[in-house]
Amino acid sequence: MTKEEEFKKFAKKLYHLMALIFSIFMVAGGAMIYYNYDPNFSVFKNNTETLVITPEEIDENLIENGIHVRTGLVEGSGLMAVVNNCTNCHSAKLVTQNRMSAERWNETIKWMQETQNLWDLGDNQEIIVNYLVTNYPVTEKGRRENLTNIEWYDLEN
Amino acid sequence: MKRRDFVRKTTLSSLATLIGAEIVFGSNLLEGYNLLAVQDPDPFKMFNKNKEMIVLNDKPWNIEAQAHLLDNKITPNTAMFIRNNGLVPEGIDAKNWTLTIDGESVVTQKTYTLDDLKSKFEQHTYQLTLECGGNGRNEFNPPAKGNQWTVGAVHCATWTGIRLRDVLEDAGIKNNAVYIGYHSADLHLSGDPKKEPISRGAPMIKSLQDETLLAFKMNGKDIPLIHGYPLRLVAGGWPASVSGKWVNRISIRNKVHDGTKMTGTAYRVPCEPVAPGEKVKDEDMCIIESMPVKSIITYPKSGAIIQDGTSLKIRGHAWAGELEVSKMEYSIDFGATWKDCPIEKPVNRLAWQHFSASIDFPKKGYYEIWARATDTQGIAQPMLLPGWNPKGYLNNACHRIAIKVT
Repeated sequence: MTKEEEFKKFAKKLYHLMALIFSIFMVAGGAMIYYNYDPNFSVFKNNTETLVITPEEIDENLIENGIHVRTGLVEGSGLMAVVNNCTNCHSAKLVTQNRMSAERWNETIKWMQETQNLWDLGDNQEIIVNYLVTNYPVTEKGRRENLTNIEWYDLEN
Repeated sequence: MKRRDFVRKTTLSSLATLIGAEIVFGSNLLEGYNLLAVQDPDPFKMFNKNKEMIVLNDKPWNIEAQAHLLDNKITPNTAMFIRNNGLVPEGIDAKNWTLTIDGESVVTQKTYTLDDLKSKFEQHTYQLTLECGGNGRNEFNPPAKGNQWTVGAVHCATWTGIRLRDVLEDAGIKNNAVYIGYHSADLHLSGDPKKEPISRGAPMIKSLQDETLLAFKMNGKDIPLIHGYPLRLVAGGWPASVSGKWVNRISIRNKVHDGTKMTGTAYRVPCEPVAPGEKVKDEDMCIIESMPVKSIITYPKSGAIIQDGTSLKIRGHAWAGELEVSKMEYSIDFGATWKDCPIEKPVNRLAWQHFSASIDFPKKGYYEIWARATDTQGIAQPMLLPGWNPKGYLNNACHRIAIKVT
């Protein structure tokens, strides 16, 4: 074996050794970085964390005690038309806070179509407006109401 | 664990890994950011609000105080109402935030960084009363459309910033200037990027007042995101919608600003009084400027039961838009008789003023304490609802609380 061949062989061994050390570092390093992300190595187990997500969605149209749970709207004829057309852009709370006549709801729908990108409601418009005036009717308040819902408490002086 | 929490936590630890250090306040920061991104429904934590605040609407967020939460002389963030027309902007980068002054009536269009604004112009601090134009809307009959605010859409915080006037003058105001209009970073509810949720403004005379600020601090700290971080126009005494949040552009207009919610019926009342429920044409509606005289009893909370023979201390605040409150009275007999009570001078113009009284009751029973403020022009709060208007603005009827003497 010439000196040159001997050197080449030595260099090759050294190269392999270094490659081995490098890959060990890479694997160990990778494992350590992964450990930081996920100390439980949950990917290698049955991952319970991500499986828990689904319940949020199955209840979408759950109705309890006459209330559509997701939106808080009262159960009634036309409910789903309201849910599907009136709660995409704004909360149902904006609907239920308001008390309007059919005429004013229709004006409001027209305003939303002209300025707020609301789509044509077609036959649903009448169903929606009927639902609203039936379930959220205008109440007469007069020029000043009595104080209501007073929570009485003892005031220590 | 919810998926978004999981994602947040892992994102946080990976960030920490990358920079090799714990991110100070990282969990807070990412929490707020993440929650806002999904409009998560725990507003109290997200906006650091008192649990007794009332959520009127969660998309967009509209939250009001109750009277007793407003007892502090300077309203803390925890009790400040939130009124949004659109979606809260996400991922705000204050370092790269700029404000542009443009419009038909600007001499030279100019763009400033926040640092420019802070270093170039003198800073001022004022306590400024901001009340939503629709505060009290829930009482109108027939009902008016919109968020049904009761009494809590008002606050008086301390705002620090520079005068709008100084910046406008730096860019140059042409002689034909009429109005300024703000533009902001919030997003339209429909998600349409071409639509602005709100772009209101004020006539030059209001824009050039000493107290009209471009504010970057509220109560001595960076303005909370929900109240307009990093830059908010603050115009005390006018409907709070003039005080645009997340402002990044102000146009000096040669006409009345025609941005979103300046036209039609928004923030307008009939130019001439109308009967309740009467239809009013758009062209007969006039823009609201100064808010009317008003007051609120913040202590005690309504519903107090006291022993016969003890006197009751009450206190609260009063304000009068552009004016001052010159007289404060209360009544325990539904307005049959009124007693004067002391009202403090405002700390500065447009700050609310504080009143207090000690009340003795003639006998046991149910009482209501009604408070009535009068402004420097002799205009007092009505006991009944003021003039009906289609959008239910400017209800400055007397505030009252219920008391039982046993």
